[in-house]
Amino acid sequence: MDWGFFAGVAIAGLLTGVMYSLVAIGFVLIYKTSGVLNFAQGAMVLFAALTFVSLDEMGVPFWVSFAITLAGMVLLGILIEKLVLRPLVNQPPITLFMATLGLSYVIEGAAQLFWGTQVHELDLGIEDVPLPLNAILISQFDLFCAGVAGALVLALTLLFRYTRTGLAFRAAAEDQYAALNTGLKLPRIWATVWGVAGFVSLVAGLLWGARTGVQFSLSLVVLKSLPVLVLGGFDSILGAIVGGLIIGLTETLAEVYIGPMVGGGIDQWIAYVIALVFLLVRPTGLFGQRSVERV
Amino acid sequence: MTRDNAAAFALLLVMALIVPLIPSDYMFDAILTPLLAVSLAALGLNLLAGYTGQVSLGSAAFMAVGAFGAYNLLIRIPGLPLLADFLLAGVVAAVLGVVFGLPSLRLRGFYLAISTLAAQFFVQWALTTVDWFSDGDTSGVLTTPPLSIAGVDIDSPVRRYLLSLAVVTLLTLVAIRLVRGRTGHDFLAVRDNELAARILGVPVLRTKLFACAISSFYIGIAGALWAFLYLRTVEPAGFDLDRSFEILFVIIIGGLASIRGAFLGAAFIVVLPLLLSRAGGAIFGATFDSGLVDIVEKIILGALIIFFLRVEPAGLSALAARMPLPRFVFNKNLGSVS
Repeated sequence: MDWGFFAGVAIAGLLTGVMYSLVAIGFVLIYKTSGVLNFAQGAMVLFAALTFVSLDEMGVPFWVSFAITLAGMVLLGILIEKLVLRPLVNQPPITLFMATLGLSYVIEGAAQLFWGTQVHELDLGIEDVPLPLNAILISQFDLFCAGVAGALVLALTLLFRYTRTGLAFRAAAEDQYAALNTGLKLPRIWATVWGVAGFVSLVAGLLWGARTGVQFSLSLVVLKSLPVLVLGGFDSILGAIVGGLIIGLTETLAEVYIGPMVGGGIDQWIAYVIALVFLLVRPTGLFGQRSVERV
Repeated sequence: MTRDNAAAFALLLVMALIVPLIPSDYMFDAILTPLLAVSLAALGLNLLAGYTGQVSLGSAAFMAVGAFGAYNLLIRIPGLPLLADFLLAGVVAAVLGVVFGLPSLRLRGFYLAISTLAAQFFVQWALTTVDWFSDGDTSGVLTTPPLSIAGVDIDSPVRRYLLSLAVVTLLTLVAIRLVRGRTGHDFLAVRDNELAARILGVPVLRTKLFACAISSFYIGIAGALWAFLYLRTVEPAGFDLDRSFEILFVIIIGGLASIRGAFLGAAFIVVLPLLLSRAGGAIFGATFDSGLVDIVEKIILGALIIFFLRVEPAGLSALAARMPLPRFVFNKNLGSVS
């Protein structure tokens, strides 16, 4: 076995996993604080990336586009809270899940209606020269993404641990009724969380968009991050990262080493199989805290 | 006979006796036959999602299994009658449904949704990758063989429609019996409160697996109808995740836990794009972009899902029940199992 090649594949897999984690983090934020499994996360990634790239193509400077898009995402979060979540409060989780499914259709459709359906190139100005490391080539861009993901996790951890907003998030996650009792305004917390999740979607959208081009398929990254969540636990940011790394690694290794034996393309479903097997052994995921609904 | 039953029976008579006289191949081939197949798939999903509370995102995979199952059985077993073929295709789908339903024994809620997503991706991959399923044909599109039942060739739009109607009617009657009987009540008990159901003596695990099996059985046959009587080709491409979502949307719009809802929702989903493209043509003239219609349709569908979940979780079915028709209050169905 060529260990150099193996290491190269493994590193590429881990870095792909980081990309999945980026999307999964947005899920975790929303699930943790409001118990909603937000299927529209992928649509939000698409919406953010499309908005940013369209502004960028009009010649708007980077940070201005970033700010406008972020404002748009926060507004979207507030609207979602008002129009979708609040009226459905106290409904079973599965109803909320189906509502976010409908929501993803609306956001995807709206994004394409506003900005069109063509594929956009997105250049973040990061050079993608493969970095040689003992004969293994590592994509510099993927390393950059890993750095951004690390910074994001750090920032979110600090936010959750050391700010009043973070304290409110944790209170809402811990016990909604108790949080209401202490005078916290849950709707405001939810709107804020969706805003933060919008920010995460924007970051994920920029990185994914720069990697694959900004197009409709960005919305489908949601399907890649579901197994990541199952593995890592729906309510753990650390879990989203570790889950992403495991899924990215095994998926890439399986595709390279097992794929050719069965006709290839197994990366379409292998992540789900890993997640399902794992689910049967440990239903809360690696880092999940809340007891999952189980029989 | 209640008002609902009488109305349904009258509608069936019209569909079976009067509608076939309409001289429009387009209506049968492009509207009614797919409508029946979608209704049947939605009915199947409703048994699982609406009645038993287990949401599936893999309906299209089970439709694909039904379609490919029916194709392979038909070409590999000489002399197999068509109806037996459909039945066996349903059984194949049911077996697979049980396999992917196994995780629901330990978990519920959206975990089954994730398990069925696995089914969706795995089945589509297997059907495109493993040659055996398509009998070595590499074109990706298999043409269905000529069909006949008891010497009658099923070779015209009206005949394909009537065969669909017969199959769907039969299976609908079975489903009505099922949900109004003991099994249906077990389904609802499992959906509403598993613990309470178990205490009352409902075999929860067996009920869930049976719901998976019967649901996939219906959806598999729907897939066979879709491929054999509507498209007349068998191909994995049409059975993608979007189709799975579509079937789920049919029951949300039509009404969860309602037999009638499956049909109302299916009618809505099949007719909506036709109406929209007509409307688009009328407003923007012939030059308008058909891609735009898809996008608008998507937004409308998504918004309707949210609307129905918010405002009328019982869907079109409940709206229809409130229509200002002559009402026989005494007969009013109190349960939602009509």
